[in-house]
Amino acid sequence: MKTVLILGATSDIARAIARTYAKAGCSVILAARRHERLAADVADVKLRYGVEARAVEFDVLDLAGHAHFLDALGSLPDTVISVVGFMGDQATSERDPEAAALVMANNYVGPAAILGEAANRMVARGSGVVVGISSVAGERGRARNYVYGSAKAGFTAYLSGLRNRLHGTGVRVITVLPGYVATRMTEGVATPRLLTAEPGEVADAILAAETRGRDVVYVRPIWRFVMAVIRAIPERIFKRMRI
Amino acid sequence: MMLAGWGRYPRAECRVIAPRSRDELLNAAAAQRSLIARGNGRAYGDAALNTDATLDLRRMDRFIAFDAATGVLEAEAGVFLADILDSFVPRGWFPPVTPGTKFVTLGGMLAADVHGKNHHKAGTIGDHVESLELALPDGRIARCARDENAELFAATLGGMGLTGVILSARLKLQPIDTAYIRQETLRARDLDEIMTLFETSRDWTYSVAWIDCLARGSELGRALLYRGEHARRDELPGDKQAAPLTVAARRTHRVPCDLPAGVLNRWSVGAFNRLYYRRARPGTAIVDYDRFFYPLDAILEWNRMYGRGGFVQYQCVLPKAASHAGLTALLSRIAVAGAGSFLSVLKLLGPGRGMLSFPMEGYTLALDFRADPASLALLTELDAIVAAHGGRVYLAKDARIAAADFRGGYATLGEFGAVRARVDPDHKFTSLQSRRLGL
Repeated sequence: MKTVLILGATSDIARAIARTYAKAGCSVILAARRHERLAADVADVKLRYGVEARAVEFDVLDLAGHAHFLDALGSLPDTVISVVGFMGDQATSERDPEAAALVMANNYVGPAAILGEAANRMVARGSGVVVGISSVAGERGRARNYVYGSAKAGFTAYLSGLRNRLHGTGVRVITVLPGYVATRMTEGVATPRLLTAEPGEVADAILAAETRGRDVVYVRPIWRFVMAVIRAIPERIFKRMRI
Repeated sequence: MMLAGWGRYPRAECRVIAPRSRDELLNAAAAQRSLIARGNGRAYGDAALNTDATLDLRRMDRFIAFDAATGVLEAEAGVFLADILDSFVPRGWFPPVTPGTKFVTLGGMLAADVHGKNHHKAGTIGDHVESLELALPDGRIARCARDENAELFAATLGGMGLTGVILSARLKLQPIDTAYIRQETLRARDLDEIMTLFETSRDWTYSVAWIDCLARGSELGRALLYRGEHARRDELPGDKQAAPLTVAARRTHRVPCDLPAGVLNRWSVGAFNRLYYRRARPGTAIVDYDRFFYPLDAILEWNRMYGRGGFVQYQCVLPKAASHAGLTALLSRIAVAGAGSFLSVLKLLGPGRGMLSFPMEGYTLALDFRADPASLALLTELDAIVAAHGGRVYLAKDARIAAADFRGGYATLGEFGAVRARVDPDHKFTSLQSRRLGL
């Protein structure tokens, strides 16, 4: 039975991923800073799909503790998925460098470090998959969320480089770009229906990417087109736009 | 955001809150003056709409515990019936009662005290609930069961969320040998025949009829009766006996857009009904539970077939003694108007359980109408026929009945009101429907 480790497991997307992988027969390890909140989800996954499940404490910002965290799992999971993310408040990040750094650490430094550490160990084993949930916000910086977007851009570039480095080692790297997802993060924000995925769609897309050997996944394919258009706008025009 | 029930009529701009945990739910509820809980929005009308605050329970959807010795499943209110089926049919368990769609939540089923094709034998879903947890207006959580807060328990089952927010429940599932139903189809040429067939089918676990609501004169009430039993393993065809609890995933289709309002008219529906009646093959068949219980779930978003303006479903029940006269009057009026739908259902219900729960012993008729002024006027006429025969309408379907017509049908409304006055004197839990009906 394969094991999947889900980092940042209290989010809606993480819960959906846990169910999708458990349904496929994987045992799941849910990791989060406030891991005591995960007890109900662990019980649910076990009962629903008859797989093994447990919750562990994990702090993505504790870089020095990452190696020990992976050691303490016992055996290295087959798949490690980082759903860690923190939107922050753009206006606050503009005023307060500490707040901005926290957004950067949560969306880039921390997730990149733990996936890098896991990938190194997988190389030694000769197999494994690491999955990073990045964001289309990283494809071009916008006034509305560029602190978050810049961190995601860094994370996307990191995953791309890691994939490049690990090609041929038996370890795969998958970048997931969800676009809008109907989660707590987007509640109260009117997002276009066509562009908004359900958390379950993100989970299905990740499992499908792992099965089919995809590298970069736009959960809703229309986003590939939307972002191509946004990237193609010349900077002298883009800088005047409010999108 | 703009919200509606399954009929997409009426719509209202509602503030939606979707808690993930019990703490979040209680905090959100405490901050509201007025709110209503909502499951998957499969009540047809305005039962789960509150413009101040509508509490979306779908993120609270965890299984909590299952006792394989007794079949009792404990789960959070937002769990879908579809998820219960997916997890427990392969283990040999089936819901004790199921409505005609599996895309409903546990909490929604309890709040509407849903019935199914086995009502005459098994009663409503509420008859199989061992206990439930209810968040009260003051933030306390009450455990309710037959021997604990018994009145509140009775009022909450069928109470449309007006006594509090159902947080979780313990539901007793029934054991099954296979995921299949042995189905028998019988034709009835008129109302007398179908009513006789229901009487002679009393020993069958499941029975329901599709009725041609546009047939008139000597064909009035012509129908197809479907009755069924959970199939035993030795009744399955050879290739299915090896894995009797496994059902192949069904192909689904989606209605891609709103159909123009005129597509469903008396001619298209009349032609469909004639064809459907003639093409039915009387006899026995082994069908999987999905096809038997949830035929419409294969067509995702079928509510778009009635066009942008939406539709209303009308479901009433008439006391048994008055059923023949009442159904004749209703069907005659509907056929003359030519406004009925191809999804018309007739069923003989068993005795009811009181309070706001819908079923009573007698015949229930359910059918859809496009939400236009002519149909709404017709429904008001039907209300009068139902009232004259001592019947009542179903809150889970209703979007438009007048308070006076509704209240006359529920003799136990006073009892419900007394419980509510005790637990929620300020009427914190209200919906557009409860305000319309003065509940």
